[in-house]
Amino acid sequence: MATQKRTLKASTKNDLITYAMLAVMFVVVQILTAAGSISNLFEGLLVPLCTYSIMAVSLNLVVGILGDLSLGHAGFMCVGAYVSAFFSVTFEVVIQPDWFRFLLALILGGICAGLAGLLIGIPVLRLKGDYLAIVTLAFGEIIKNVVNILYVGVDENGLHISMQNTGALNLSENGRVIMKGALGITGTPRDSTFLIGFIMLLITVFVSLNLIHSRTGRAVMSIRDNRIAAESIGINVTKYKLIVFSLSAFFAGIAGVLYAHNLTSLTATTKNFGYNMSITILVFVVLGGIGSTRGSIIAAIILTALPEVLRGMDNYRMLIYSILLIVMMLANNNEKINVFKEKISIMNWLQNKSSGNKLDKEAHS
Amino acid sequence: MEFISYLVSGISLGSIYALIALGYTMVYGIAKMLNFAHGDVIMVGAYIIFICSTTLGVPAVVSVLAAILVCTVAGVVIERVAYKPLRNASSLAVLITAIGVSYLLQNAALLIFGSDTKSFSSVISIPPLSLFDGQLHISGETIATIVVSVVLMIALTLFINKTKPGRAMRAVSEDRGAAQLMGINVNATITLTFAIGSALAAVAGALLCSAYPSLSPTTGAMPGIKAFTAAVFGGIGSIPGAMLGGVLLGVIENLSKGYISTQLSDAIVFAVLILVLLIKPTGLLGKKIREKV
Repeated sequence: MATQKRTLKASTKNDLITYAMLAVMFVVVQILTAAGSISNLFEGLLVPLCTYSIMAVSLNLVVGILGDLSLGHAGFMCVGAYVSAFFSVTFEVVIQPDWFRFLLALILGGICAGLAGLLIGIPVLRLKGDYLAIVTLAFGEIIKNVVNILYVGVDENGLHISMQNTGALNLSENGRVIMKGALGITGTPRDSTFLIGFIMLLITVFVSLNLIHSRTGRAVMSIRDNRIAAESIGINVTKYKLIVFSLSAFFAGIAGVLYAHNLTSLTATTKNFGYNMSITILVFVVLGGIGSTRGSIIAAIILTALPEVLRGMDNYRMLIYSILLIVMMLANNNEKINVFKEKISIMNWLQNKSSGNKLDKEAHS
Repeated sequence: MEFISYLVSGISLGSIYALIALGYTMVYGIAKMLNFAHGDVIMVGAYIIFICSTTLGVPAVVSVLAAILVCTVAGVVIERVAYKPLRNASSLAVLITAIGVSYLLQNAALLIFGSDTKSFSSVISIPPLSLFDGQLHISGETIATIVVSVVLMIALTLFINKTKPGRAMRAVSEDRGAAQLMGINVNATITLTFAIGSALAAVAGALLCSAYPSLSPTTGAMPGIKAFTAAVFGGIGSIPGAMLGGVLLGVIENLSKGYISTQLSDAIVFAVLILVLLIKPTGLLGKKIREKV
């Protein structure tokens, strides 16, 4: 190994591969779009792919780097989506141009979700393991539940909020009801594009990779590996946990903004902001390899596209998806298969070849 | 009177949660895994009863027994095929596998039975009880649910505390390695735990769908999460904790439905859970975990 030239640190190299992968993806999509050889179905998937990739990368910060199991990540997405959709619908005419309004919506959605993460994180992060998981799940469900019964309207006197119905808002004649309880928010401008989604994904990846390699990131990982040891050398556990948790919530909020502005009507159901979504994102992170940013993105893309690709099989697609999920988990943890994977891994093969040759020569001489 | 009526139906709903929560808590105690597919076993049981009683036309008792049998077998098969190979894997890997099994059961049911909601005919034929000159009505389902749950819980407690397999279960949950050294067949004990948990889930499915007679492939999902919450509420791994947690959860849910808001009841249940965990981080009856350096 000593003969191999090393100009870059291994971690830098790894990050560059991630960025290169993203760049290749972007170029491929651009070429396909320009050539017009992209199907409508796939075109409609582009923004969701970015959204779910951002969700996976941000959840990976909590699950992989902080080492805490969160089952309520979709709750933060919900906060970001609703706040930004509310903002965009309210100021659709007032704030122009569109891109500037969308930028504000992104920042606002992210910050609100981040604040929600901070508020929830303060009590929640004191718990451990499965208790933490159930409490994050509970918070996610509470957010979804509350959003579903909230009625908000605007008129010249400001905001009116009610938990009963639109009539209880007491709006003036010029007032508009924007959030209609279980009917959600309608008429959100469709501002999300693949380009913006991709830029947001790039920012998320950039921030999380830099965080991982920073002093803060090392502190966080030391908490993950041994909390007591980390505490004993003076690392402020609560502070670092909160930083990661609210940062992760911030990006989930951004994903929510992209999600909301990709649809004209926004409602909160179990499927999109409930426990099911949190679980789906967790599946991305675990299958991508816990702690691996690149893996999270790859898993998010494959597993989001998979049910769509299987659409031809109609009823069987979710069944196949679930069987694949189980088989992949079993295969991942099977010793024989792992040994086999080591054997066929290209990187290992290359390394073994160079070091193996050297050993052969040494043996012969 | 209104209060008592809410309370009684809350206890009834809570006993169903408790039956499901027992499955969660026993499996957690012994295999240290969150079996997210447990809620869907309820749905399987309910479909078996539905088919037996509507298509085959067998008596209710026989169909419930058939459901218990099928669910027990299903539980054991799931454990053998999906969870046993992962015994030494990380808990997250097992969790995701359990979620996969949950999706599998839901989608298999969707394919076999269709996505339409079936109207479930009650398996219980006890006349409703009328008390205080008809001011308080208690349905036959409520009575049966409470009675059946209490009997099952007593039976389970006796089984765990007095019999040899029960002692083996407690030993495995205390310390798996030491139990194995003492000659306990750990794999058989884990299988037994899954069998008991799934049988209880089948009974819970029968009771749940008799009280709330609509059946679809996702019927088990929400009660499953609620029961999981109940298990954590009472202290996961603790059997009396699951019973207490389940009943309390059902009562809180029903009271908040009656007095505060129907739509907010789930949020209130989860808020109470959060409050309890913040005060007692390991649940009501959970053991304190001492951290060692």
